[in-house]
Amino acid sequence: MHDAGSCFHCGEPIPRGENRHVLIKGEPKPVCCAGCEAVASLISGAGLDGYYRIRTAPAPRPDDAAAGPDEWDVFDRPQAQQNCVRPFDDSRSEATLLVENISCAACAWLIEHSLRQLDGVDEVQVNPASGRALIRFEPAKAPLSRLMRAMARLGYRPHPTGSGESAAVAERRAALKRLAVAGFGMMQVSTFAVSVWFGAFQGIDPVYRDFMNAVSWLVSTPVLFYAGRPFFTGALRDLRARRIGMDVPVALALVLAYAASIWNALQGSDLVYFDSVTMFVFFLLIGRYVEMTARHKAAHTTEALAQLVPATARRLQDGVETRVAVAELGIGDIVAVAPGEAVPADGVVVWGESRLDESMLTGESKPQRRGVGEPVVAGSVNVSHPFRLRVERLGQDTVLSTIGRLLDRAQAQRPRLAHAADWIASRFVVAVLFIAAGVYAYWWPSDPALAFQAALAVLVVSCPCALGLATPSALVAGTDRLAQSGLLVARADALETLAKVTHVVFDKTGTLTTGAIAIDQVRPLADVSGDEAMRLAAALEQHSAHPIAHAFAEVDSPYHAERVEAHAGQGLEGWIGGRRLRIGTPAFVAAISGSPAATVPADEAGWIALGDEQRTLALFRLIDHIRPEAAAVLETLRQLGIELEIASGDQAEPVAAVAERLGISRYASRLTPADKLAHIRALQRAGAVVAVVGDGVNDAPVLAGADVSIALGSGTALAQTSAAMVLLGDSLRPIAEGVAIARRTARVVRQNLGWALLYNVLALPLAASGWLLPWMAAIGMSVSSLVVVLNAMQLNRRRPVDAAVDTQPLAIKEAC
Amino acid sequence: MEILFIMIPLGIGLAALAVWAFFWAVGNGQFDDLDGPAYSVLLDDDPPPTRTKADDDER
Repeated sequence: MHDAGSCFHCGEPIPRGENRHVLIKGEPKPVCCAGCEAVASLISGAGLDGYYRIRTAPAPRPDDAAAGPDEWDVFDRPQAQQNCVRPFDDSRSEATLLVENISCAACAWLIEHSLRQLDGVDEVQVNPASGRALIRFEPAKAPLSRLMRAMARLGYRPHPTGSGESAAVAERRAALKRLAVAGFGMMQVSTFAVSVWFGAFQGIDPVYRDFMNAVSWLVSTPVLFYAGRPFFTGALRDLRARRIGMDVPVALALVLAYAASIWNALQGSDLVYFDSVTMFVFFLLIGRYVEMTARHKAAHTTEALAQLVPATARRLQDGVETRVAVAELGIGDIVAVAPGEAVPADGVVVWGESRLDESMLTGESKPQRRGVGEPVVAGSVNVSHPFRLRVERLGQDTVLSTIGRLLDRAQAQRPRLAHAADWIASRFVVAVLFIAAGVYAYWWPSDPALAFQAALAVLVVSCPCALGLATPSALVAGTDRLAQSGLLVARADALETLAKVTHVVFDKTGTLTTGAIAIDQVRPLADVSGDEAMRLAAALEQHSAHPIAHAFAEVDSPYHAERVEAHAGQGLEGWIGGRRLRIGTPAFVAAISGSPAATVPADEAGWIALGDEQRTLALFRLIDHIRPEAAAVLETLRQLGIELEIASGDQAEPVAAVAERLGISRYASRLTPADKLAHIRALQRAGAVVAVVGDGVNDAPVLAGADVSIALGSGTALAQTSAAMVLLGDSLRPIAEGVAIARRTARVVRQNLGWALLYNVLALPLAASGWLLPWMAAIGMSVSSLVVVLNAMQLNRRRPVDAAVDTQPLAIKEAC
Repeated sequence: MEILFIMIPLGIGLAALAVWAFFWAVGNGQFDDLDGPAYSVLLDDDPPPTRTKADDDER
């Protein structure tokens, strides 16, 4: 983490010429900038340097602009505090803030401890998983702005937020309680059941049998009606919506087995199935709990959408600039946006010209030039010059909010495969109900007592224990196995669907490439060497913060450029040793020499030129690096028989170049999110099962429209909310492995279902004939469940097959 | 074997007690953050000197 060349605090490489150090525990440590120096000194000076010992990820780089003097003052106004601050008692208030950049528990610790040192702060709780801070403070002594500034100064920008997390916490707590009741109940009832089974073998005094039955009933009642409540509410919801979902057969089986057990216990029979009821509830709840945890992890990033829009804006009124909360803005207000700031509302530029990074919204990787009269959208980031805009749409009406709504709608449609699974399961229960009714009708004329017993035996012996466990146990094991490999399953049916995927569609930007621009080729045009051209270019680009400039950052240049000016959308101009140079688009560069613009190869989008007042000196070909593991992953996917496609919002040439290098023959470029969605729908209509791998907000509706969607954890956090699966590390590798595991999971599900059906087919006739003895049914049922669970558990073992797929250690621990 | 009539209710009572304790712990937020406390043990051995018990008592 702290090589000689990287910052002790934030881990970024230290620029040449910086020689800053901070004393941590008496040892000088190198840092990269004044901001990191200040923060590291602050942490060390407050006695909090233990943070560096336990952190598992580098600290966020402090943002000088964030700690500006006036930025946070606005939060002391009541309008700005509406959502996030509640009075606690007479003198104290409670605030909920969403904090950026929390990457591990040490960050949470650092924030808690540094805030507690402020006078007037009573209690601070930071949840590292959800990134939320709950602060109890005395506004009279410590205004909210001071707390927020203190957090921002450490590099953790706070955002005011409502108390949305409480719903997730409540759900988690309720699930844990249910799990505990079901678990304790299952263990108790199982011990009683064993006594009754052995009693059936060896003879048992009816008094003890009845006593065991009574206590079994006593314990399983809260398990069924408290722990099992989600299944009943789910079944009711399904029935009201006039469909038979997974919960319906579960609820029906539970109620019938429970009722039959009570009836039989009252009859003095040992045909009781309370143990099965509790076991069924417990195992199903475990599955639900794992699923819920994954869902929460993915869902708390929904908040990222709100984070795109800044909390404050600088409003211009009669030539005076005041900082106000975005909630206070009105339509028609004039707002100033400085470089580095995010646009607070949709509007039209009224003054200035700048480039805006809209990649979160449009997927366009290059910043877009926007001048007077042109529209800008909330959430885009100003990367070059100050400008002013007139507000046209706010809050819910912005493009950003529309994307959010599009996402909700796409998510509301369930993939058809999920329906099919439900359909089969519900048919089974319906069939069993008919068989039981038939058996009852058959025996009724000759022997009414036997009729009831046989019908019940049918219901119980076919109790979908094995059938019910078959799918969830395999899915849970498969989900765990995938999580170990770095692929998080956020939707219950994603794993099932992944096994059936026939097409994988990649969004080019950031999914197949690393997103960092690099120089691929230098083509000298005049009597300068390529290296010399690089050195001149690097000297100029040192003065720019544009992504292209990063490509030149590694070049060691002896030159020093002066009077460097940026021309938005065209390039840079500057002087090196009395020589006027330009770097940028070929036409822009050629303009000072009066010569015709240098012709560049067809993939024009990737070329920039360097020139002086006489001629164009050199051309540079810029490329976005392809991820090192991409080729291997794609090859594995091809071997698995999967068609690969690229559907990108980028320009045609770079997309074609990437597709060519990776051997992907089907690709499309310059697609809007709507085009991508239409393309996926067309594939689906042709019978394909489509997996989409994406990373941007613009992908969100596309991801939600796919049969199964996979988002890169390192990509825009928001994409994770709509994705069914999330890659935890910054690698595509788990995708190939994931498909293999999903297919194995599907195979195990099929084996399990096959076994459960075989068992039922053999046991049903015996039960229907009134032949089945209670201990046979009990043992048969338990063994069939056990076989199913053990078969599922073998998914958790790593096999040589997996080792062949992942040849590199996984990045899961880096994900923190 | 009459002892069962005492031992089994006793066992159920103990299980109920355990469930009650677990409910209390969940309600008390003991399971809300499973990562943070592991670190606080490591870190809190040299606490910042600014806040002491005396400060709290004054308040």
